[in-house]
Amino acid sequence: MIVPTEWVLMLSAVLFAIGVVGVLVRRNVIVIFMAIELMLNAVNLSFVALARAKGAVDGQVVVFFVMTVAAAEAAVGLAIIIASFRNRTTVNADELALLRG
Amino acid sequence: MGAALFLVLAVLTVAAALGVVLHPNPVKSALFLVVTLFLLAVVFVLLEAHMIAALQIIVYAGAIMVLFLFVIMLLNLQIDDPERGRRRLVLRGLAWAGGILLAVELAVLTRGAPVGDVGTAPAGYGGAEAVAKSLFTDFLLPFELTSILLLVAVVGAVVLAQKQRRPTIS
Amino acid sequence: MHETHAAAEAVILHSQVLWLIPLFPLLGFLIAVCAEGKPGLVRITSPLAVFASFVVAASSVTTLLGAPEGARLAQTLYTWMAAGPFSADIAFRIDALSAVMVLIVTGIGFLIHVYSVGYMSHDESFSRFFAYLNLFMFAMLLLVLGDNMLVLFVGWEGVGLCSYLLIGFWYAEDANAAAGKKAFIVNRVGDMGFVLGLFLLTWSLAGHADGKLSLDFTHIEAHAKHLAPATATIVALLLLVGAAGKSAQLPLYVWLPDAMAGPTPVSALIHAATMVTAGIYMIARLNVVFSMSPTAMQVVAVLGACTALFAATIAIVQTDIKKVLAYSTVSQLGFMVLALGIGAYATAIFHVMTHAFFKALLFLGAGSVIHGMSGEQDVQKMGGLRTKMPITFWTFLIGTLAIAGAPGLAGFFSKDEILWHAWAGGHPWLWLVATITATLTAFYMFRLLFLTFFGELRADHDVAHHVHESPLVMTLPLMILAVLSVVGGWVGIPDHWLWGNRFGHFLAPVTGHPHVDHGGMLGEEALMVIATVLAIAGAALAYTLYVRLPGIPMVMAWRLRRAYELLLNKYWVDELYDAIVVQPYVRISTFLWKVVDQELIDGFVNGLAGAVGANGNLWRHAQTGNVQHYALAFLGGVVAVLAYYVIR
Repeated sequence: MIVPTEWVLMLSAVLFAIGVVGVLVRRNVIVIFMAIELMLNAVNLSFVALARAKGAVDGQVVVFFVMTVAAAEAAVGLAIIIASFRNRTTVNADELALLRG
Repeated sequence: MGAALFLVLAVLTVAAALGVVLHPNPVKSALFLVVTLFLLAVVFVLLEAHMIAALQIIVYAGAIMVLFLFVIMLLNLQIDDPERGRRRLVLRGLAWAGGILLAVELAVLTRGAPVGDVGTAPAGYGGAEAVAKSLFTDFLLPFELTSILLLVAVVGAVVLAQKQRRPTIS
Repeated sequence: MHETHAAAEAVILHSQVLWLIPLFPLLGFLIAVCAEGKPGLVRITSPLAVFASFVVAASSVTTLLGAPEGARLAQTLYTWMAAGPFSADIAFRIDALSAVMVLIVTGIGFLIHVYSVGYMSHDESFSRFFAYLNLFMFAMLLLVLGDNMLVLFVGWEGVGLCSYLLIGFWYAEDANAAAGKKAFIVNRVGDMGFVLGLFLLTWSLAGHADGKLSLDFTHIEAHAKHLAPATATIVALLLLVGAAGKSAQLPLYVWLPDAMAGPTPVSALIHAATMVTAGIYMIARLNVVFSMSPTAMQVVAVLGACTALFAATIAIVQTDIKKVLAYSTVSQLGFMVLALGIGAYATAIFHVMTHAFFKALLFLGAGSVIHGMSGEQDVQKMGGLRTKMPITFWTFLIGTLAIAGAPGLAGFFSKDEILWHAWAGGHPWLWLVATITATLTAFYMFRLLFLTFFGELRADHDVAHHVHESPLVMTLPLMILAVLSVVGGWVGIPDHWLWGNRFGHFLAPVTGHPHVDHGGMLGEEALMVIATVLAIAGAALAYTLYVRLPGIPMVMAWRLRRAYELLLNKYWVDELYDAIVVQPYVRISTFLWKVVDQELIDGFVNGLAGAVGANGNLWRHAQTGNVQHYALAFLGGVVAVLAYYVIR
C-alpha cells in the first residue's frame, strides 16, 4: 500500500492554504488559533510523507516535537485569550487592536 | 489500492478543513477540526507512521482540542458573522490571497526534484521502538529543551489564566 | 650705511639667576590670584616681587658692567622644541641692550607698583589689578630677556593679553571693555605681520643654514648677511607691521588713545614706559636684519617722522589730560622709530629710557591730579592746582621740561641726539619734521601744564572742596622719577663733551654705530641751540595763550574751525576705520549669521528632522494593531520568496 509522495505533499499544500485563509478571514481569535493548528498539521503531514519516502525515522521525530510545541503554544495562547477576555470581553480580532500606531 | 484509499481520505480531509475555516459557529469549527485530525491520523497510518498516528489522536485530538472546546464553552462565544457588507469584498480578496499561495506552493512542488521510488520501509519502521531510539539518541538535546519549554508553558498558562487577586486589606 | 659689529667672539657668562627675574612676578601673580580676598597681603607681595626682580636684574647688570665689552650673561633652562634641524630653547640673555631694558622695566615697574598701592587702594578689585600687573611684568620680562625670537614672541603676545585685561579692568563700563577689545584686535593685526615676518625669516635662514636652524639672536646675527636684499626688505617690513601695532605707529596707533580708559598706573606702565617700547626693542634687537635693507630703513624712518608729527598736531587741541599724554606718547614713539630708521639704534634706546622716566612721571602726575580732582579728567575744569597740589605740580613741571627738551634734562640729550643723527646722517627733511614736532611738543605740554596748574580753578564746588595732595605712597614715586628725569640723560651726552656718550658706547656691541656724515654746515651744538630756541618759543606761545590771554585760543579755534574740528576729531581716523573695516565685517558676519547659519544650516538640519518625522507619519498607517493585517503582509513576503524559487 504505497501512496505516491507527491500526492501527499499536494494535500499538505492544500491544507496549509486553507489554514492561511482561515487565519486571514475569521474574526474570532479562537478560530484563528484553530486555523493555525490546521497549518501545523499540514506541515506534520509533509514531514511524515517525506520521512516515509526516505525510509528514515527522523521526520517522525520532528513531528513529535511539533506536536509538543503546538500543545504548549495552544495552552499559553488560550490562557492569553482568557486573560484578554477578562479585560475587554471580546474575542473579536478587529477589536483587539490596542497596539494601533 | 493505497492510492485510491488515499484519494478518498484526501477529499474528506479537505472538506473537513474547509468546514473548520468557513463554519460560523466556533464550536462546530472545533468539531470539524477534530474530524480533520482523525482523518490525518488515518493518513499517517497509511504512511506507516503508526506511533505518530497514535500520538496524533491522543495528544492532538484528545488533549489540545479538548482544551479548545473548554475555552470556547467557558467564554460563551457568540456566532461569528463573517459576511457584513464591505467585509464581503475583503473576504473575497483574502480568499484570493490564499489561492495565490496555493498556486505558488503547487508550482514549487511540481518544479522541485522528484522524490523517486519509495521502496519498502525498513523493518520496525514507524513503530515506537524506532522512534524512541532516534528520539533519545540523535535528538536528545531538543528533547530536553522541549521539556523545559513545556514547563514554561505550564507555568505561563497558570499565571496568565488565574483570577486577578484583589489587594487584601489586613 | 651702518658698520657691523663683531658679535661672534662675544664672551658668554653663564648665569644661574636670570630665570628668577621673570619668575618673581609670576609668583606674585599666582599669590594675587589665590589671595583674592586679602588685599593686605597682595599690597605687600606684588610690589615686593617686582623689587626682587629689580635686585636680581641690577646685580646681573653689575656683573655685566665688569665684564669685557660685548659680553653677555646667558642661561638656558631647557630645550623647548627640536624638529629636524630646527631647535628652540627657553633661554635668557642679558647683554647691553637687554640690560637697559630690564632695568627700565623692573625699576619703573616697581615704582608704579608702589604708586598703585595708593591709587587703587579704594578699588574693590585690588587683588585682580595686581595679579594682572604682575602677569604683565612676567610677560614683559620674557620679552626683553629672551634669547631667541620665540621666547620674545611669547612675551610679545603676553603683554598684548595683559594690556587687554588691564585696559578693560573696569569692564562694567561698556566703553572700557570696548577699548580693551580695540587694543587687542589692532595688536593682532600687527602680530599677523610679525608672525609672517618670523616665518619668512626662518624660511630664508633655512636655505643657508649649515645643518642647524634656530631663531636665536646669535644665529640670526651670524646668518643675516646671507639674506637676499629683497627677502630682508620683506621680512623687515613685516616685522615693522608688528612693531607698528605694539608701538602705536601709523596706521595701527588708534588703540593707544582709547587705552586711556584703563587705570592711570596702567597707562603709565604699559602705555608709556614698557609695552609700547617692545616694538622699538624688537627692531633694535634685529638691527642686523633691518640694516640689510636700506629700503625698509627708509620706510621705518619716514613712518616714524610722520607718526610723530601727526600725533603732535592732534595733541595740541585735546582737552582730556590723559589723551594729551597718550598722543604725546605716540609722537615720542615716532621719534624713536625715526631714530631706528636712520640707523641710530642706540639713540632710539636712549630715548626709550629717558621717555620712560618722564612719561611715567607725567602719567603718574596726571593720576595724582585725577585722584585729587575726584576723578575729573577734563583740563577745562581744572586750573590753579599748583598751590593745592604742590608736589604734583613741581614733579609735573620737571616732567614737562624734560619732554620739551629743556637743556640739561633727560629728554634734551636723547632728543637732540636723534635730531643730530637725522641731520648728520643725510636726512634733512626728516630733521625738519622732527624739529617741528619737537616744537609742537613743547607747546602742547606747556599748554597742558598751564591749563591744569595755573589760573583759577574752574571746577564744581564739591570737587573744588575736595582737592588735596596725594599721599606719600603716590608722591614718592613721582619724586624719584623726577630725579631720574633730571639726571637720566647725563649718560648719553655728546661724545666730545666731558665723559662722552657712555650709553652709546655701552650698547655699541649690540647695536653698532650709526653712520655720521660730518659734511654738514651745522654741528651738533648748533642744532641744539636751534632746537632749544624753538622749544622756548613754543613754551612762550603756550604761556601767552593760556595764562596771559586765555580768551584767544577760543577765538582762534573759531576762526580756524575747519582745522580745529579736524584736529579735535583726530582726523576722523577711527570713523574711517569703522567705515572701511568694521562695518563691512559686521555686515558679513550678520549675513553669515542670519542667512547661512539660521536659514541654511538650521533649516537644513530642521528640515532633515522634519523629513524623518513626515516619513514616520507616513509609515505609521501600516501599524493598524490588527494582527490579521500583519499576517497578510507576512503572507505577501512568503509568496514573494516562494515565487523567486519558482522563477529561478
